[in-house]
Amino acid sequence: MVDNCYFFAIFEKIISFKNFLIMAKVLGAVEIDRERCKGCDLCVVACPCGVLALQTREVNNRGYNFAYDHDPEKCIGCAACAEVCPDGCITVYRLVER
Amino acid sequence: MTRDYIKKPENIVAAKPRLLNDNTMHYCPGCSHGVVHKIIAQVIEEMGVEDKTIGIAPVGCAVMAYNYIDVDWIEAAHGRAPAIATAVNRLNPDRLVFTYQGDGDFAAIGTAESIHAANRGENIAIIFINNAIYGMTGGQMAPTTLEGMKTATTPYGRRVDLNGYPIKISDILAMLDGTCYVTRQAVHTPAAVKKAKKAIRQAFENALAHRGTSVVEIVATCSSGWKMTPAKANEWMAQHMTEKYPLGDLKNTVE
Repeated sequence: MVDNCYFFAIFEKIISFKNFLIMAKVLGAVEIDRERCKGCDLCVVACPCGVLALQTREVNNRGYNFAYDHDPEKCIGCAACAEVCPDGCITVYRLVER
Repeated sequence: MTRDYIKKPENIVAAKPRLLNDNTMHYCPGCSHGVVHKIIAQVIEEMGVEDKTIGIAPVGCAVMAYNYIDVDWIEAAHGRAPAIATAVNRLNPDRLVFTYQGDGDFAAIGTAESIHAANRGENIAIIFINNAIYGMTGGQMAPTTLEGMKTATTPYGRRVDLNGYPIKISDILAMLDGTCYVTRQAVHTPAAVKKAKKAIRQAFENALAHRGTSVVEIVATCSSGWKMTPAKANEWMAQHMTEKYPLGDLKNTVE
């Protein structure tokens, strides 16, 4: 019985370590200041995961088709969009979930 | 499942720099000026020198740069930014003085000031935005316009026999003894933006450490002047501009 407990504890340790290696998930999210955005499309081109897109129907107060997170589940929080944004309207969040 | 729970201040990896204020920039969509403003604001914020930074704004598209970056600015006459920077730096040697100039300002009307300020080795940082066109006045030919490039004043392309060759002013400045750091960067991809930021930081550190003149040329785009979409302009720049203006350090005596 004691042996069983011991093995169970080790087994649990291995599983948690495996989770740490495999299940560690990087979650990202973007927030775009829609009134500041000018719809230049550079963030859409720079995004490696295809998260962003330009609005096709809505416009902001100045008449630009602003960018928005079209597919937010794909975001990895790499901040490539924020690097190339000329107007500094993108805030990027990243969370490593284990 | 929404990801709103990630949007907390402690998870921020990139945001608008604190020194870039809330005024919406007047630049056209996709203009490289915005990216360069943003990285200048980031560098000044990281170095913690916003109280002792004096920027010299040029004449050109960036004429209202003082509206966007929250440091002290002086507006110079067309092309005379290095002369003003010389005066400011000689009167306040402990300040970080930088000029922000376009190609019309730096390489055309201000050639004398640029070359002589660099030759005297003034302790200033010069940020030179080269987009090969006069953007503000409607896309006329600049001295840096590429051979065969169509502009408002060269509708059949720039002809070398009529308009001369594109000037590589950074290469000229690299030959002078007064400059300590001359580099050419671009801001068309995230990697290039990171490199440009590093170069600007190096230039600012050189200016603060009184090592001589630093010139950071940024090969930029002008989507309105080139009559392209911003993404297409970036592509065109990477293809054609970097051929004539290859990226990289031209001179670095600091290392």
